[in-house]
Amino acid sequence: MALTNERIKQRLTEKFSDQVSKFEEPYGMLTFQVPKDLNLKVLNFLYDDEELKFRFLTTLCAVHYPDNKGRELAIVYHLHNLVDNVRIRFKIYTDISQPDIYTATGLFSAANWLERETYDFYGVNFIGHPNLKRILNVDEMDYFPMRKEYPLEDQTRTDKDDEMFGR
Amino acid sequence: MVDQHIKLPEGSIEKTTTTLNLGPTHPATHGVFQNILELDGERIVSAEQTIGYIHRAFEKIAERRPLYQITPLTDRMNYCSAPINNMGWHLTCEKLLGVKIPKRVDYLRIIIMELARIADHLICNSIVGVDAGAYTGFLYLMQYRELIYEIWEEICGSRLTTNIGRIGGFERNFNDIAFQKLEKFLKEYPKVLKEFESLFQRNRIFMDRTMGTGAISAERALNYGFTGPNLRAAGVDYDVRVHTPYSSYEDFQFNVPVGTTGDNYDRWLVREQEMWQSLSIIEQAYHKVQEFKGAEAEIYHADVPEYYLPSKEDVYTKMEALIWHFKIIMGEIDMPVGEVYQSVEGGNGELGFYFISDGGRAPYRLHFRRPCFIYYQAFEELVKGGMLSDAIITMSSLNLIAGEMDS
Repeated sequence: MALTNERIKQRLTEKFSDQVSKFEEPYGMLTFQVPKDLNLKVLNFLYDDEELKFRFLTTLCAVHYPDNKGRELAIVYHLHNLVDNVRIRFKIYTDISQPDIYTATGLFSAANWLERETYDFYGVNFIGHPNLKRILNVDEMDYFPMRKEYPLEDQTRTDKDDEMFGR
Repeated sequence: MVDQHIKLPEGSIEKTTTTLNLGPTHPATHGVFQNILELDGERIVSAEQTIGYIHRAFEKIAERRPLYQITPLTDRMNYCSAPINNMGWHLTCEKLLGVKIPKRVDYLRIIIMELARIADHLICNSIVGVDAGAYTGFLYLMQYRELIYEIWEEICGSRLTTNIGRIGGFERNFNDIAFQKLEKFLKEYPKVLKEFESLFQRNRIFMDRTMGTGAISAERALNYGFTGPNLRAAGVDYDVRVHTPYSSYEDFQFNVPVGTTGDNYDRWLVREQEMWQSLSIIEQAYHKVQEFKGAEAEIYHADVPEYYLPSKEDVYTKMEALIWHFKIIMGEIDMPVGEVYQSVEGGNGELGFYFISDGGRAPYRLHFRRPCFIYYQAFEELVKGGMLSDAIITMSSLNLIAGEMDS
């Protein structure tokens, strides 16, 4: 029997009752929310369960919602069950002043650099990560550039005079 | 005591291993990234990768760009197969916007994407040869990459960073020269590829250099998030084209070649076989394209005026086209709110686009799943305990593209 979104939802609800919430299916992919301290438990359950078998971490990234007070940062996991070919996505929200999340590196080696990237751009602190330092940006950088408070430069600005490159 | 002119770090005389900086601009890395290797003689004790030298903040830039201006950003990720990135991006937008693509456009896209796959694999495989000391194959295959580039040039006007296609289809129909060149390619390339194969495949020196080096097991590869030829070389038959068909790949017959050991030789073989499969797909797609007759044979884009940029001729002569042109360029078209993940089988593996739209003119958040970035983490595990010269081959057979890694 093919694994359906309904079935995944049922299994998750059996295990975590109402702690996993906000089930949606945008464009066919099951999406749900998990409290921030449960992320590793949910990942482990999805990985180990003989029926669910979500053993491939497709990608991991963060999103910044500055207006979402107390839940400014969302960390989004995309998982893939390669046997039944089902993808799911789940999100955890965290306060931007204390963005501490458990690392998934113990489960997925792929999470290592993905989490470093997420730290690099959003400042999410992955607890237990073996080497949490900047990866794409310079080490001296003292801010997290993908956060929404750093807008891209306005392209119509005229105060800059750069003869070499012209503006 | 004589003045010491060279200042060495403390403990470096007593140390029994050698630190070697491979890169960031070493010719053997074929891209800008650095490896700090700790060597015991010629054996690698540990390797630390540093990346980010050509990071251009595409994800950030994309948050201020209307959709059609993000296409050129995607070009610059895996620049060896830019059209696949472009198509992946168009498919993502089309999924979000709910655009239905005509079959002929799908098939034309497949021709372009498979040509890109061949261009990608032929570079990778011949570079493995170069790093093993055989330059001939590289120069020989290069003229066929040139021919592929000429085909793209006929279609979109550019060669390396193609910016090919639009949301909804192509900017113009393929002209006769493009099809003639495609026929030439289909006719000549198999012979050349065969010759290239006989130069390497059973070559004793090449086999000795590549077999058993840089190997990874299927479990480790999956755990490391490998996709594409590198995963298939380890024996997992995961291919996005088969698992989640896009752009009508389900209409085509092709095999997914898999290896067993996941070493450099298997990666080379898988890429080689994939080129044959791509040739067969292009042939099938070309036949399918030729079957369209009359008005159907002229279709090269979907009928979605609210997203598809009208041709310049129409913009200057037709009121309606002018209005649409203005609305698209100024970002007056409302995007649906939602989030979408779309992936395509890129040259290196699953190239994914995670697109969150809040209804504005630019994405609220756009995340690229770059296969290269994810599997390069495994490099240390692949080369540890091996020889330095094998690490060079491992690096080229993984097909690391700095542009994709750093985004």
